[in-house]
Amino acid sequence: MIRIENINKKFKKLQALNDISAIFNRGQVISLIGPNGSGKTTLIKSILGLVKADSGNIFINGKQINGDPSYRSQIGYMPQIGRYPDNMQIGHLFRMMRDIRKLSESDVDADLLVKFNLMSIFEKPMRTLSGGTRQKVSAALAFYFNPAILILDEPTAGLDPLSSEILKEKIMQEKKKNKLILITSHILSDLDELTTDVMYLQEGRMVFLKDINALRQETGEDKLGKVIARVMRDNKKNSLWIDEVLAMKSSD
Amino acid sequence: MLKLTRYVLYDILRSKIVIAYTLFLFVVSFGFFQLEENQSKAVLSLLNIVLIVVPLISMIFTTIHYYNSYEFIELMLSQPLSRTRILLSEFTGVSLSLISGFLIGVGVPVLFFSFNSIGISLLLAGVALTLIFTSLAFLASVKSRDKARGIGMALLLWFYFALIYDGLVLLILFSFSDYPTEKLTLVLSAFNPIDLGRIFIMLQMDVSALMGYTGALYKEFFGSGNGILFTVGIMFLWIILPMFAAAKIFKNKDL
Repeated sequence: MIRIENINKKFKKLQALNDISAIFNRGQVISLIGPNGSGKTTLIKSILGLVKADSGNIFINGKQINGDPSYRSQIGYMPQIGRYPDNMQIGHLFRMMRDIRKLSESDVDADLLVKFNLMSIFEKPMRTLSGGTRQKVSAALAFYFNPAILILDEPTAGLDPLSSEILKEKIMQEKKKNKLILITSHILSDLDELTTDVMYLQEGRMVFLKDINALRQETGEDKLGKVIARVMRDNKKNSLWIDEVLAMKSSD
Repeated sequence: MLKLTRYVLYDILRSKIVIAYTLFLFVVSFGFFQLEENQSKAVLSLLNIVLIVVPLISMIFTTIHYYNSYEFIELMLSQPLSRTRILLSEFTGVSLSLISGFLIGVGVPVLFFSFNSIGISLLLAGVALTLIFTSLAFLASVKSRDKARGIGMALLLWFYFALIYDGLVLLILFSFSDYPTEKLTLVLSAFNPIDLGRIFIMLQMDVSALMGYTGALYKEFFGSGNGILFTVGIMFLWIILPMFAAAKIFKNKDL
């Protein structure tokens, strides 16, 4: 569904993406994992066409992305930080999005709008919303058009436990509908039950892209965090980051 | 495109800045017409305000608006919309709101007190300057990612066109005063939209004495009819070219 071929991207001196190739298919939930600045968001943004890669190709459903924006109608994107026009009301935003895609109210998936209770605050202007509520708006928007591909950048960051659970449930539902879902998160426990595949990035390089069950078998661990730690430690390279994560967890 | 513009426009009109701008212009214009006995003198005073304030506000408002809607633009870009279309919608929204502010603030008093060719050309020049400086501001803000730098660049551009440029022209003319510099002056003034705006209105009035040096030469060289055509043409280029460059940069930009 998404095919990435030898993508390179440099920001001034920093090599953000270093010769990354991957294939993502329908029905997969890919967890993009890696330390801060490892290129996760840059990879997502290249898929969305927000960042233009220096070299390499990206194909969506066999069609190369080059300027024609129509492929994005199949993608639902939830950004890390969602900011919206200050004076726009929530209801307005959703109406605008429908307008852009020329869809009527019956064509859309308002499930999250209902579950997050956003309908009741449709009149509220965006500037009065808290960070968490904005995050909910972003989430509801990503799922709104029932896209075949979902790209979620740190979806649960800033959400309260209840909302986070609602969102995870929604992701599970979509997974069953045989969609392709890409998630980045630092909260590995959130990804545990969702993930089918893990893509691990470090310093712009893809360390591995593997099936979670294969990984579990290889390592003999069950939890995603431990799986990753084991893989990294066995490879004996760059295991620092995951060690730190686990050390912090155990000290909690 | 209009769909998106509608929402941009709606958002801007709900912020109070454009309303404050409109009120300010209205009070100033109304004041000038009340204070001056002679209406064309009042228009002249108003002209000087318009030539300074309209470009300044257009530039600052546009850059601030651009940086404030940065995330929103990013969101739009993740939708099936082309980059050029998004930028042009933003441009249309911002310039429409500024133009309507100007037309209400200055236009209404002018309609009441000085509804003649001079008044109309003042309004036209104001609209053209709004478009030109909005377009320039988009170029400045698209070029730099950093907000402070973008606004700084916009301010510098304004400073350059409003103040420094005339000084430079005078300096050139003064140092080459032994040579025939008329044609050079004409060419030079085409490079400053504020000058062009002034000339555009001055050509309507018969006040050569009050014109800047560039303006006086302009009239002598062109006579009114051609001069207007020429200024309008150049101003049009001033609107199109920066926006064209901005769209080109924006197309290949990483967000």
